[in-house]
Amino acid sequence: MAAALINVPKKAKNGDIIEIKTLMSHIMETGYRHTTSGQVVPRDIITSFTCRFEGEEVFRADLFPATAANPFFSFFTVATRSGKFDFEWVGDNGFSETASASITVE
Amino acid sequence: MKFAATIVMMCLLAATGIVIRPLIATEIPEAGRKSGYTFMSPETRAMQDDETSNPGMLWVLDGEKLWKQKPGSAGKACADCHGDASSTMKSVAARYPAWDKSVGRPVNLEQRINLCRVRHQQADPLPYEKHDLLALTAFVAEQSHGMSISPDPAPELEPFLARGRDLFLHRQGQLNLGCTNCHDDNWDKHLAGSAVTQAMANGYPMYRLEWQTLGSLERRLRNCINGMRAQNFDFGAPELVELELYLMSRARGMPIETPAVRP
Repeated sequence: MAAALINVPKKAKNGDIIEIKTLMSHIMETGYRHTTSGQVVPRDIITSFTCRFEGEEVFRADLFPATAANPFFSFFTVATRSGKFDFEWVGDNGFSETASASITVE
Repeated sequence: MKFAATIVMMCLLAATGIVIRPLIATEIPEAGRKSGYTFMSPETRAMQDDETSNPGMLWVLDGEKLWKQKPGSAGKACADCHGDASSTMKSVAARYPAWDKSVGRPVNLEQRINLCRVRHQQADPLPYEKHDLLALTAFVAEQSHGMSISPDPAPELEPFLARGRDLFLHRQGQLNLGCTNCHDDNWDKHLAGSAVTQAMANGYPMYRLEWQTLGSLERRLRNCINGMRAQNFDFGAPELVELELYLMSRARGMPIETPAVRP
């Protein structure tokens, strides 16, 4: 299961402050837990999240083992022109997911 | 003599301010019933209310995909018989567990999905508490989001409902507790810093922050039974379905919140 929930306003006025919300499905296994037989459960987390608007980075975050499963981000940016937001999640074991959403600025 | 000693003892306790409360549990009147939602912080409520921040929606979306897949040798998807879930599955979760004539027992939503898989899709039943069964159950139950719980009125269910009620009221386990001792008598108090709540089963399967995943009502019930240090029941056990039957009759009229978020 890899699915993302993305919330970007479809429309905004030039200069509006808009909120962007993303939720990515991921177990975020810390690497600190053990099985009943004492073996370490290997770390499996998302390590980085990036949001780009028309190729330009607007938000980036590094993630660590303390982050809960299915990491949720909420952040703000200023709407200046119409275009596309690209989201990218990168993590352990070659995890890589992308999603995108468009906005129309009037 | 023994009787007189008891009276003296009672007087002493009363004199020291200790009041002996009746041992008989009282069920919560309909007007006083509250969803677990009302006990949550504003942040957790906001998480549940917004479809793009409610992690339970991940399972609902996966369930929607599974609804259209053809898993068994019959080559049929859920959608091939049931069509558009938004109309055919509407209100279904509000009346489950429901009477099933051929097995002669009430079945819950998970069991109904698995019965359908075996009978009509000729596929293997999905294992309890694994992703696919949770996703399909969440997808079906979400179609009733906001609808009032109205249990199946089949008269055959009465003895099962009575047994479920009995299990809820009965003291069990090393701590000698019944569900009712917390959820009817002390729901307005706290246990280890968490709200006790009334045990209204109106949002399952639900995303528990403690679990960091979606889980069924049976998982929750098994948690509580472990907490009472009582002998647990397996997933799908008749006792758990009977208890679910009683819990749903107890939550009658309350809106379905699936997929709910709880701390």
